[in-house]
Amino acid sequence: MSDKVIYVMYDDDGALKDSAKKLVSKGVKINEVFSPFPIHGIDPIIGVKNTRLGIMAFLYGLTGLTLATIGMRYFMVVDWPMNIGGKPNFTYLENILAFIPISFEFTVLCAAHGMAITYLLRNKTLPGIPAQNPDPRTTDDKFVMEIRMSENQSVTEEELDGLLKDTGYLELDKKEVK
Amino acid sequence: MQKEAAIREPLILGHKTYHDITEDVCRPIEDKAPKMWYILFGIALVIGLYGVGAICYLLGTGVGVWGLNKTIGWAWDITNFVWWVGIGHAGTLISAVLLLFRQKWRMAINRSAEAMTIFAVFMAGTFPLIHMGRLWVGYWTLPLPNQFGSLWVNFNSPLLWDVFAISTYLSVSLVFWYIGLIPDFATIRDRAKKPVSKKMYSILSFGWSGRAKHWNRFELVSLVLAGLATPLVFSVHSIVSFDFATSVIPGWHTTIFPPYFVAGAVFSGFAMVQTLLLVMRKAMKLEAYIHTKHVEYMNIVIMVTGSIVGTAYITELFISWYSGVEYEAYAFLNRATGPYWWAYWSMMTCNVISPQLMWIRKLRRSLLFTFFISIVVNIGMWFERYVIIVTSLHRDYLPSAWSMHFPTHIDIAVYIGTIGLFFVFFLLFARYFPVLALNEVKTILKGSGQSYKELPDYHEHH
Repeated sequence: MSDKVIYVMYDDDGALKDSAKKLVSKGVKINEVFSPFPIHGIDPIIGVKNTRLGIMAFLYGLTGLTLATIGMRYFMVVDWPMNIGGKPNFTYLENILAFIPISFEFTVLCAAHGMAITYLLRNKTLPGIPAQNPDPRTTDDKFVMEIRMSENQSVTEEELDGLLKDTGYLELDKKEVK
Repeated sequence: MQKEAAIREPLILGHKTYHDITEDVCRPIEDKAPKMWYILFGIALVIGLYGVGAICYLLGTGVGVWGLNKTIGWAWDITNFVWWVGIGHAGTLISAVLLLFRQKWRMAINRSAEAMTIFAVFMAGTFPLIHMGRLWVGYWTLPLPNQFGSLWVNFNSPLLWDVFAISTYLSVSLVFWYIGLIPDFATIRDRAKKPVSKKMYSILSFGWSGRAKHWNRFELVSLVLAGLATPLVFSVHSIVSFDFATSVIPGWHTTIFPPYFVAGAVFSGFAMVQTLLLVMRKAMKLEAYIHTKHVEYMNIVIMVTGSIVGTAYITELFISWYSGVEYEAYAFLNRATGPYWWAYWSMMTCNVISPQLMWIRKLRRSLLFTFFISIVVNIGMWFERYVIIVTSLHRDYLPSAWSMHFPTHIDIAVYIGTIGLFFVFFLLFARYFPVLALNEVKTILKGSGQSYKELPDYHEHH
């Protein structure tokens, strides 16, 4: 199935946001926005849901804490209890104060790295992956909106052109994709 | 877009556009390096290699080549370690703590401060490794299954906590730094003309494209990493101080150490940031982004943390007398009046008196004065660690074991060498990496840029 993609370029983040608001109110679905920096407030307009990476970070942290606890209990209490200066070492609880620093460090280690790896995988940004922005200027000072005709059955191309005309765009590019 | 008070000094001077910001940051990377860069790089490399040579000699011969003796078993090695770790505290503090406090001025300095942090922690990490004498058994510090009768590392020991703290701090700082770098590498990639640099920056930028969803994730990841890194910054230097505080040596065995070390770390870290940035902004023509206001803000941090450090010194002195423990009292009396009085008073002058000068507005806004003080502070902070370590050790319980520490040329070479290597890394960073978080800076242009703040309708609509 062939599809038509329209790239609308703006030279200001505010202009793109205003235009997106207008288009969405007319029932146009905006597929994607490419920008050199985060445009605050664009997500609810174009329907980008908030990420759940924060929950993942918490779970990774919890995993780290659990691993550290199991590990230290095994090393220091079960496998080879060390009597250092007669300090209590018979149960994990008696010795817990000495284990707090590493429990904390390991929690942070797992949470930070787990989240960072998930972030890179979910974004599909990894070494060697080619750039996917439609125009090299979108990492400098231009802001591009991507509209797919296949997702906008309710409006015709002409109607869309008419709507876009008033938004003060800089460039408009149409591409046929397979 | 966030607006701010009109009387607040703009953070970006001049009439910059988004494109100007890209140009200003990318220009030094795309142009040929100035002659001065090669000269500095050459000097740093020679000093660094001299240090590497000294380390090789140390590893081949043994730790005996240092000026340590039976009484003073720790001296320059751990002094340098703590000094470098301390310096390595500013970057993450700037990018994490200031992010949580929504301090926008951090954006101009966080990238290079974090780079400095990472390189400083590299240098710090060198010392515990080489002081083992047998570098190749460094992995023994990790709890790995082994054939020595399942002998585990001691999880009750602050030295092991340090292993975990430093390696967590280094790797988390590295990730935090790199995640911020990805979009900026993409900017350079999309501008690159030469095929080699295009390829290199393409690999470094991981194929970043700047989608709305990706930016949404980016902002959350930065926030959560900042939330994780903030307690991490405080924990790392607290744990470093535990190396001393949990021992029973008079002069070390004090509960004030963790906060006192953390304040000292931030103090010296900001001083190092000032030393580097004052030169960098000039050399790379970034005066519009890192200007007097940024320097002033950092000087205020130096003043506050310097005052905390000063208070800690005086508290320590008072408590040593008030505690009634004669060993403790002697340790401090000996610091101030014993054979190492010069180190003690250098520390006092550099760390207690010099930051107080920052109360004067004219001085804290003077770039030349700031540069001078930043070096004074770093000298002072080195002496602080030297005083804590060597003066506490050199008077043993038995007067027959009393001793002095004299550094050998290997002690000096290893220390100077790490400074050289640090500058090698930093100069490479300044040459090939975006030294300013350029895409983050663009987000504050409309809120804090001079040209926008001067617009008549700046305060009229949102």
